[in-house]
Amino acid sequence: MIAIPLQHILIFSLLLFAIGLYGALVRRNIIGILISIELMVNASNINLIAFSKYTSLSPETGQIFALFVIALAATAAAVGLAIVLALYRIRKTVQADEVHLLKW
Amino acid sequence: MELLQLGAKFGIYAVMAAILVFALGVVTFRNLFHCALCLAAALIGTAGIYIALQAEFLAGVQILLYVGGVITLVVFAIMLTEHLAGKTVRQNNAQSLPAIVGLAGFVTALIALILKTPWPVTEAALKAKTSAMGLGEALMGTYVFPFEVISIVLLAALIGTVVIAKKDAPEERP
Repeated sequence: MIAIPLQHILIFSLLLFAIGLYGALVRRNIIGILISIELMVNASNINLIAFSKYTSLSPETGQIFALFVIALAATAAAVGLAIVLALYRIRKTVQADEVHLLKW
Repeated sequence: MELLQLGAKFGIYAVMAAILVFALGVVTFRNLFHCALCLAAALIGTAGIYIALQAEFLAGVQILLYVGGVITLVVFAIMLTEHLAGKTVRQNNAQSLPAIVGLAGFVTALIALILKTPWPVTEAALKAKTSAMGLGEALMGTYVFPFEVISIVLLAALIGTVVIAKKDAPEERP
């Protein structure tokens, strides 16, 4: 029915997560960091749905968790981008390493 | 039937490879607008994976919320802050090499773990069907409390977004 084994999906989502984490670690632009975080959330969602499909007798559970994760990721993106805009208006920068007011 | 199975398998692997390529584009392109477009492509590919895993409703939600909502927000934010990123600004900090080394270790350890673990994949679970109706019943039955909580969270976050992003009131001059 489903053509590929669970392990391949897990490895795929692990690679996607690692790429997103790399982006979140090395990007200087705050919007780039937010985009990378969306990638990581997406990878975890793939895992949730794969597990619910392959191992659970009621696949609704995993899918509902994935729905909640999507909703929370959307709010996180909205709030994060609002903070970026406010920061840009006040300090005229969107580079994460130029915002070091609280760093010594 | 055999041929169809093989074709489906090949298609899923092709979609996975395409998603990984687009994800690499997301983290490496200098122009943020191209990054956002790559992210949209990767998210649409993920919706394809959801369909392959028989979560059609989730695929629809993914397209509507992520590709329709989050990408639009990101593109707006990029355009509002672009004119200083348009120049040849360095996009990566100096942590690239340590990040790659650390992530390579992380990925190898987790791949070994994934291949060693005996996942409880059962025939009965593979045959279990779900539908949008089942999702709705679970959302209104078992998961009604988290559902209400998340609606409060959404409301609070959206009001907070408006408050943060709006212009400050002009100060009164003495």
